[in-house]
Amino acid sequence: MPGKWQWFHKLGSPRWFYGIADRFNPLLLGSALLLLVAGIVWGLAFAPPDYLQGNSYRIIFIHVPTAFVAQSVYIMMAVAGAVTLIWRMKLADVFVRSVAPIGAAFTFLALFTGAVWGKPTWGAYWVWDARLTSMLILLFLYFGIIALGSAISDEKSSARAVAVLALVGVVNIPIIKYSVNWWNTLHQPATFKWTERPAMQMDMWLPLLLSVLGLYLFFTWLAFVRMQTEILHRERRTQWVRQLIQQRKG
Amino acid sequence: MNSPVRTVTVQPVKVSLPAAMMAVLRRDLQVSFRQRQDLFNPLLFFVIVVTLFPLGVSPEVSFLQLAGAGVLWVSALLATLLSLDSLFRHDFDDGTLEQLVLQPQPLYMLVLAKVAAHWLVTGLPLILLSPLLGVMVHLDGNSIAILCLTLLVGTPVLSLVGAIGAALTLGLRSGGVLLSLLIIPLYIPVLIFGTGTVAAAADGGSVSGHMALMGAMLVLAVTLAPLAAAASLRISLSNT
Repeated sequence: MPGKWQWFHKLGSPRWFYGIADRFNPLLLGSALLLLVAGIVWGLAFAPPDYLQGNSYRIIFIHVPTAFVAQSVYIMMAVAGAVTLIWRMKLADVFVRSVAPIGAAFTFLALFTGAVWGKPTWGAYWVWDARLTSMLILLFLYFGIIALGSAISDEKSSARAVAVLALVGVVNIPIIKYSVNWWNTLHQPATFKWTERPAMQMDMWLPLLLSVLGLYLFFTWLAFVRMQTEILHRERRTQWVRQLIQQRKG
Repeated sequence: MNSPVRTVTVQPVKVSLPAAMMAVLRRDLQVSFRQRQDLFNPLLFFVIVVTLFPLGVSPEVSFLQLAGAGVLWVSALLATLLSLDSLFRHDFDDGTLEQLVLQPQPLYMLVLAKVAAHWLVTGLPLILLSPLLGVMVHLDGNSIAILCLTLLVGTPVLSLVGAIGAALTLGLRSGGVLLSLLIIPLYIPVLIFGTGTVAAAADGGSVSGHMALMGAMLVLAVTLAPLAAAASLRISLSNT
């Protein structure tokens, strides 16, 4: 009974997803590398220097994409968590498990590149700026998800517990962001105003767009590969995984 | 000889929701008061942590006046965190929790009653003790009053949000540390507004806006936290 929801039901089958991911992976990796190389080379070598910050601003071509992905991965995890709780879809949990470490890594990268940029610009590696602080809290939230996931041995309850935590976290993220913003303006009035930076030039903005898109594709590829590994591990006793291993060997 | 067959019909006892909540509340309070040492431990911890700051940072009056509200808030937060582990654990170990989940009354409301009992035996004593500690860190009278007010609105949020963590980590080996890891990031907004209100009052500003925001957080926590905690309890119970 092929209907328009068939793709959704198929998503319940890890085996089906494994095949799809196998087909998409080369395409994803190829286009990700193409966009990333284009965006970063353009940004680092050819874009004009900033009139205020000189060349040190160029780290945004890495910093901004990682920060983008780091923040949106948590939202994706929460959506997948809702899918786990509502439809008990195995693949949604595989997704949450696979992307949580990626999200944490990108959050760390965003913080690290921010610190590297902060030294020449603000004169300090770490400033208790609202954005930095809320990214740090996001990193803690990722660690919480990873820790809870590995602490519960039973696969089903582990999936649901992590899903609940992701949803609780996503409800809290706006509150945390708002309160941290408020706290910062209270303690440290207007030292750095992001909003008052001059509007970006086109030849800075385009390479940035390319690297953001490239990093999203790269994230998708990475997530797919990790999901495939997780699927193989979870389904290691099934017939199709055994056959697959036989094929690869022979 | 045949024994006469008797049919026994058990009439289900109908208990109204408020009565069930009161029963849970009363039982939890009774259990707490019979293990009195458990009541004192978080309070003692609160006092000891506050003592560490003058010793570890500086006993200068100017520093303590500036940092006092924050020190008290952080200590209250840690003390609450410490007490959360026992929120569901005893009931989990002796099977009471399973009975609660099986009740016809919504688990949401029963969890709310349990959290209320937890707050009464941990949050409320912390608030009652904080004026004394406030004097020790040289806060002035007005600041102490505002601090107590923020704790009054803020500590129930700590108990409610903490209940989610306690329910999620129920029955895990390293539950205590994991609980802190999960819950502390979620406590940050309460901490920021709690100490921010006292700072605003010290600067001579109005605190009604800040208090309104804290009240909003409390309303949100009362509405949503028991939902998440109840769901987590069901998950943890299905785990065993």
